[in-house]
Amino acid sequence: MSPAPTRLDLSPRPGAAPRAAMLRAQTAMELRLQTRNAEQVLITMVIPLVLLVLGSQATAVVDLGPGRTIDIITPGILALAVLSTSFTSLAIATGFERRYGIIKRLGASPLPRWGLMFGKIGAVVAIEVVQLTVLSCVGLALGWQPHGGFTAVLQMLALIVLGTAAFGSLGLLIAGTLRAEATLAVANLVYVLLLVGGGLLVPLSRYPEAARHVLELLPSGALGQGLRDSFAGNGPSAFATVVLLIWTVCASLLVSRTFKWE
Amino acid sequence: MGVSEPSGTPVVGEVPAVDVRDLAMRYGDVTAVDGLTLTVAPHTVTSILGPNGAGKTTTIETCEGFRSPHAGSVRVLGLDPVADAHLLRPRVGVMLQSGGAWSGARSREMLQHIASLHAHPLDVDLLIERLDMGSYGTTPYRRLSGGQQQRLSLAMAIVGRPELLFLDEPTAGLDPAARRSTWELIAELRSSGVTIVLTTHFMDEAEALSDQVHIVDGGRVIASGTPQMLAASGSENTVRFTASPGLDVVDLMRALPHDTKVDEVTPGAYVVAGAVDPQLLATLATWCASQGVLTESLLVERQTLEDRFLELTGKALR
Repeated sequence: MSPAPTRLDLSPRPGAAPRAAMLRAQTAMELRLQTRNAEQVLITMVIPLVLLVLGSQATAVVDLGPGRTIDIITPGILALAVLSTSFTSLAIATGFERRYGIIKRLGASPLPRWGLMFGKIGAVVAIEVVQLTVLSCVGLALGWQPHGGFTAVLQMLALIVLGTAAFGSLGLLIAGTLRAEATLAVANLVYVLLLVGGGLLVPLSRYPEAARHVLELLPSGALGQGLRDSFAGNGPSAFATVVLLIWTVCASLLVSRTFKWE
Repeated sequence: MGVSEPSGTPVVGEVPAVDVRDLAMRYGDVTAVDGLTLTVAPHTVTSILGPNGAGKTTTIETCEGFRSPHAGSVRVLGLDPVADAHLLRPRVGVMLQSGGAWSGARSREMLQHIASLHAHPLDVDLLIERLDMGSYGTTPYRRLSGGQQQRLSLAMAIVGRPELLFLDEPTAGLDPAARRSTWELIAELRSSGVTIVLTTHFMDEAEALSDQVHIVDGGRVIASGTPQMLAASGSENTVRFTASPGLDVVDLMRALPHDTKVDEVTPGAYVVAGAVDPQLLATLATWCASQGVLTESLLVERQTLEDRFLELTGKALR
C-alpha cells in the first residue's frame, strides 16, 4: 500500500460474516435495545408482575368464578406476557425501525432478510423465556398450584408458540403497513383492550354469553383460556388451538403480502 | 470516460463498477428518473450533482437494490442489484441520506454491530479515532447532532471494507472542518482502491473530489465529464479591467481573437468576454501599452462548475 497517514487499511476486503455470527449479533443487539427501553420493560415485565401480585388478591374486586384466585390469574398473566412481547413490543419496535431507516440500513448490510426476521424471533423468544420464568416463580411463591404435571407444561409451550406466532404476525401486520406513530397507538390500545376485556385474565365463563362467543374467536381469549384449561389439568380445547392456528395462518399470509421494509 | 490515475489497478476493458442505462423510475404520476444513463469506472470517484428533486437519491437507491427499475437496466459490479442483492451487499458500502440507526443505540455499539455483520471489518476503535468520533462513542443516536449522525453513517458505510461505496450527500450538515476531513477520507479510500459514487449539491465538493461528474436534472444526465472539462465547456470566460474612460473598444476588438467581445460597462470599466487564455491576456496588455494606457485592475474570471450548472439547469443548487 501507499504510505498511509493512519494505521487504518482502507483497501477493499469485502465479505459477509458467517451466518451464525450475524444472527447472534442481530439477536443480541435487539435484546440489548429492548431491555434498555423503559417503556418496553414496563409493558413486558412490570405490568404483568404488578397485575399478578394484585390479581392474587382480586377476589374482592372481580369474581373470577370457582377455584383459587391465584390458580386462575397466573395462567392469564402468562398469556398477557406473551401478548405484550410478541404483539405490542414487537409492533412498536418494528414500526420505529422502519421509520428510522434501520431496516433499510440493515437491508444494505450483509444481513439477509431472514436474518432480520430470525433476529426478531430470537429476541422475542429470549424475552418470553425470562418473562415466563419470573412470572411462574412469582406465581408459585404466591401459592399457584398448577395441575396437569409435565403434560400441562408441554401444552403451555405449544400454546405459547402458537400464540406468539399469531400475535407476532398481527404485530408485524400493523407495523408493516401503518406509520410508526399509528403503530404505537394501535399496539398500545389493543394491549389495553385485550388486557381489560379480551378474555386474557378473566375466564371466558364469567363473560355474558354473547361476549363469550366473540372472545372465544380472539387469539387473546383462545390463549388465555387454553392456558387456564391446561393448568387446570384439562388440556386446551381443540377449538382454542384451531382459533390460534387460523389467526397465525391468516395474519402471516397478510404480512407476507403487505409488509413494507421501509 | 473517467480520468483515472493508476493508483488502483484499472484494467482496460474492465466491467464498469456501475452501469445504468435508460433508467426510468416513477412514483405514481411523478417521474423521478427519466431515461438516465451513466457509467462509473472502477477505482474512481464519481459525483452525481444536481438540485433537490433531480432524481439523485432515487438513482443511487436503485443501484443499492432498494428499488427495481421501472424501465432500463442497472448493473452494479456486473450484477443485478435486486436479484443478486445477497452477492452485492457484502461488497457494497452504503451511506443513507438520513437515519439508519436505532435511536437508543450508542454510536460505537451501532458501528460495532454493522462491523460484526462483515467478515473482515475495519478495527472499530481505529475508525472511531480516525473519524474523531471518540467524544460521542457512548452517546445514544437520538442525542447526536446532525453532523455526528452523518459521521456515524459514513463510518457504517466503510466499516465492512467495501470495494464500492455509495454516499448519499456525505457532507450535508457538516461543519467546514468535518467536511474537509470527510474529503480527505474519500480521497484516501479512492487511493486505497475503493470505487466511490456520491451525490452532492455542493459544487466545490464535486470539483475537489471527482474524477467524473454527472450533472443530473429532471431525472436525466444533462452533462458528464471531468470537473475541468465541464467547467471549461461552458460559455466564455471574462476579463474585467479598469483604465481611463473612453478607450477605443472597437480597435481593441480588432486586436483580439475574432469572437472576443469588449464592452465599456461603466465609464472606465471594461469587460472582455471570450476564450480567455494567456495569449489573449498578452495581446490585451500589448494593446494597452501601445495606447499608453495603464490598467488599474485586471481580473480574470474563470467560469466555475457552479456557473456551468446554473447555465445548464437554470437553477441554483441549494
